Amino acid sequence: MAGKTMFNKIWDSHIVDDPEGEPTLLYVDLHLVHEVTSPQAFEGLRLANRKVRRPDLTIATVDHNVPTTDRDKPIDDPISKQQVDTLAENVEEFDITFYGVHSPEQGIVHVIGPQQGYTQPGKIIVCGDSHTATHGAFGAMAIPLGTSQVEHVLATQCLLQEKPKTMEIRINGELPNGVSAKDVILGIIGKIGVDGGTGYAIEYTGDVIKNLPMEGRMTICNMSIEAGARVGMVAPDETTFEWLKGRPQVPQGDDFEQITKEWALLASDSDAEYDKVVEIDATELEPYITWGTNPGQVLSVKDSIPDPESFDNAEEKESAERALEYMALEPETPLVEIEVDRVFIGSCTNSRITDLRDAAEIIKGYKVSPKVNAMVVPGSTLVKWQAEKEGLDQIFIDSGFEWREAGCSMCLGMNPDILEPHERCASTSNRNFEGRQGKDGRTHLVSPQMAAAAAIEGHFVDVRDWKLNN
Amino acid sequence: MDSFDNHKGIVTPLDRSNVDTDQIIPAEYLKRVERTGFGPFLFNDWRKLPNGKPDPDFVLNQSFYDIGTILVARRNFGSGSSREHAVWALMNHGFKAIVASSFAEIFHKNSFENGLVPVILPDEHISTILDRAAAQPGYQLFIDLNNCEVSDDHGLHVPFVLHQDPSTHDFRRNTLLNGLDSIGLTLQQETKIDAYEKNVRHD
Repeated sequence: MAGKTMFNKIWDSHIVDDPEGEPTLLYVDLHLVHEVTSPQAFEGLRLANRKVRRPDLTIATVDHNVPTTDRDKPIDDPISKQQVDTLAENVEEFDITFYGVHSPEQGIVHVIGPQQGYTQPGKIIVCGDSHTATHGAFGAMAIPLGTSQVEHVLATQCLLQEKPKTMEIRINGELPNGVSAKDVILGIIGKIGVDGGTGYAIEYTGDVIKNLPMEGRMTICNMSIEAGARVGMVAPDETTFEWLKGRPQVPQGDDFEQITKEWALLASDSDAEYDKVVEIDATELEPYITWGTNPGQVLSVKDSIPDPESFDNAEEKESAERALEYMALEPETPLVEIEVDRVFIGSCTNSRITDLRDAAEIIKGYKVSPKVNAMVVPGSTLVKWQAEKEGLDQIFIDSGFEWREAGCSMCLGMNPDILEPHERCASTSNRNFEGRQGKDGRTHLVSPQMAAAAAIEGHFVDVRDWKLNN
Repeated sequence: MDSFDNHKGIVTPLDRSNVDTDQIIPAEYLKRVERTGFGPFLFNDWRKLPNGKPDPDFVLNQSFYDIGTILVARRNFGSGSSREHAVWALMNHGFKAIVASSFAEIFHKNSFENGLVPVILPDEHISTILDRAAAQPGYQLFIDLNNCEVSDDHGLHVPFVLHQDPSTHDFRRNTLLNGLDSIGLTLQQETKIDAYEKNVRHD
């Protein structure tokens, strides 16, 4: 009999009930809550006179609506303020640990879970947010939920779940210079498509993954949903254990040594079989830029805007026509000739300390193009402080970037950070959907390095040709 | 959750693939703390011109299509953000069912939780329905959830599935037919949850 995948090991160890012909009832080890997808869930509990079953396994923060400028002032938008205030009231009523806007531990929910050590290998982690797979980078099974399921987990600490199939995406070889974790996942989405992972839990394997730091693994798992998969994961290893060691919620001393032995057993067995295997040769990966209005519409920086006529499939052709009209782009335009108005470095995909270091290295000694408005939004307040300790903030500010407070910010524009209509943005976030960063705004998804270089030049450049000015 | 048995309604054709939840309801309208009131913002950015007036070219602004109760689109409907507000907006507007060749998973789950019926049909039937609806505003479909069949008055009569996992298909259908509250169902298993906490987690 073949060995077990990591996915199946975690699944099997969390089964509470598995009746024939019904979804499996799984136990949830950690529930992360934020202000946008939770108010109706708490209201549902109140209406049904239900309690939160395990407030000790639930933590909450505010990230989507919070301003990234002066935090001492109240939130201007009364509806945003109400949503933030509502969460503060709910965590009080239901006795849930809360990292509020003035807490040093506040930040994007997918940044602070790992940062505080709540995210650990082997756990089932849920959150009412599609980018929950981020936590899978630690060898956890992290599942995104809608609000009704948030309420279900609050009330029962369990999740009703159909078992997905498993897919291994193996990235062999070594990443070329200038090609980042963001490019790996953009390349994967370009290859398998925006619904290529639907129905699957993805495990990312291979030398490239083994050699990536935790931040890079998080970037890759984070965008699993952009390939259609709710779950994306990486086997825990020494890199994982070293990263987690000493974090506030992680066991310390002998307990840590003991638990890492258990964590090491989670990796898929060498003879485990997946329902599907995709192999990618890292040497063929390049810096990528999305040109359209979904993350699958992506090309290498050295390519040109495609001609919709070049697509065989009528649906893709029509989709490309619509995208080019929305993005105001002409076929055959080299991607490096596209000029940008805004640059956004941030989001749960690319706002961690290594992302900020990578971007700072590119811009050091250069000035942001006078045509460009560029900003950096760290993923958490502690990431911000770490960057300030390293002097990265000064590099960004000297160069002409705005240096902001932590939050989701212009990834989705629920706070005042939005694109004006028709502004074009090089963004390190995860979605280039129409209007995602502001009505009629135009988003190109790129790595932090590519975004940084575009801010300096005012148009996209191939970061592989960049001359560091350090 | 309201129960659903069968439904005959006007089709609103949306001939697009990869309709993401940012289009169904843009982020700036997610700030409400209720489950209601999202209908007016359904497809807000596609529905309105830059001056805020209705775009006459968008299907929801056209007569008969604006009163449709069955939305028909192509593959990967509901991709992107997990916002359940997308399902609420569609239902607040009056949609009872979404017919597509495939659904993004989180949206699909959210649909079941709220009793919005996700009908999965092969591409060829989607094309037929989209063509008929485009040619004839007011074109109607009949959705029989008991037998999982879709039909119209022009000879279309085809089976559909609600869920790609055949092992739980009937369970999912029954939750829609009976409007079951999944939290209530799970709480019936409370002794098993207690046992898991005690025996496996050692809490």
